[in-house]
Amino acid sequence: MTQPRELPIAGNGDVVLVRQHVRKVAVEVGLSLVDQTKVVTAASELARNALVHAGGGRVRIEIVHNGVRQGLRLAFSDEGPGIPDVQQALTEGWSTGNGLGLGLSGSRRLMDEFELVSEPGEGTVITVTKWAR
Amino acid sequence: MTISTTAAQRRIEDLLGSHEAQTLKRWQEISETPADELRELFLALRAAVGEGDFSDVRGLLADFSRSRARLGLPPAQTSRAVFGLKEAVYELVEADGDPEALRGYIWFSKLVDDLGLFTFETYSAAREKIIRDQAEQLLELSTPVVKLWEGIVAVPLIGTLDSARTQVVMEKLLQMLVETGSEHAVIDITGVPAVDTEVAQHLLKTVAAARLMGAECSISGISPQIAHTIVTLGIEFGDIVTKATLADALSHALQRSGVELRRESSARIAVKAERA
Repeated sequence: MTQPRELPIAGNGDVVLVRQHVRKVAVEVGLSLVDQTKVVTAASELARNALVHAGGGRVRIEIVHNGVRQGLRLAFSDEGPGIPDVQQALTEGWSTGNGLGLGLSGSRRLMDEFELVSEPGEGTVITVTKWAR
Repeated sequence: MTISTTAAQRRIEDLLGSHEAQTLKRWQEISETPADELRELFLALRAAVGEGDFSDVRGLLADFSRSRARLGLPPAQTSRAVFGLKEAVYELVEADGDPEALRGYIWFSKLVDDLGLFTFETYSAAREKIIRDQAEQLLELSTPVVKLWEGIVAVPLIGTLDSARTQVVMEKLLQMLVETGSEHAVIDITGVPAVDTEVAQHLLKTVAAARLMGAECSISGISPQIAHTIVTLGIEFGDIVTKATLADALSHALQRSGVELRRESSARIAVKAERA
């Protein structure tokens, strides 16, 4: 079984590496093809968020258990400026960059569990989990 | 201190001069590198030790490590080739037994370390350049625009769609639309493993640009899992025509341009069967 792994996010190339590793672990956890694609897309979204808004960060990728169920947990952390208004950031179509403004809200829908911890000036930690059905 | 260091340096220089053949042979044995490459380096280094100017040696070393990087030789072997000289010279100094020579060896060892690091830096710079060149070539390779029919062009996208690639794709597509006078463009994303908001935004922009030029643009190759993901993410493609396969998109474009395709083969097969 793959050990928990922490990958750096410092450039566009790293976003691709994160995606590839997440896909590998998603297959191992036994996620369906649709769920694999969802998790990979959410990982791509959150990794790019860390890159664009905080200039980089890290992601920890691990397999978690809940009774007999297996899941995949991703924890993105950065030391960026933080999010002053979390509710606003999660609002559809709201973007500080020039994106579509669907990244955070969309990722929340793509995953089963979504937790966002952020303080202005303290960086941001986003933990998401997808359980195998 | 300066005087004694210089004396020690001169001692090393003398040793290198008087034991040239022997040192070269040992160096070659230790580093497993062709003798002619080492001889040139050795002569330059000996001259440099005397003159105190190492620019020639650095130039030679840069060529040496660059050619090795291009050949794909492992970096350890390349630096071993340089560090091997320390061992060869140490044997000389030990046999000589002069304390002055030992002092000189400390200085010489530092010098070789510096040169070794320099070799390694040049080596990795050369490797990075190769990788950069390849990435550029790949960018060119991976974005062909193909003509499917009179007035219909297609871009089969494969792999990751980042800003740089989208730029290339968009330019090529718009160029091709003008050159071929096409009115229909199909962007096929069968080979794109995941469509996130950034990729979607790039696609939307490309379609918008093609439309501005008066062409109708559709997106094909949307797999079930990508469709599912796009819907969950909340991305809206608006009135852009999307199709599951490139074939569907082609037939849609043909229909729009008034070309009618009919299947005639079934009738012919029936006739043949009767004769047989």
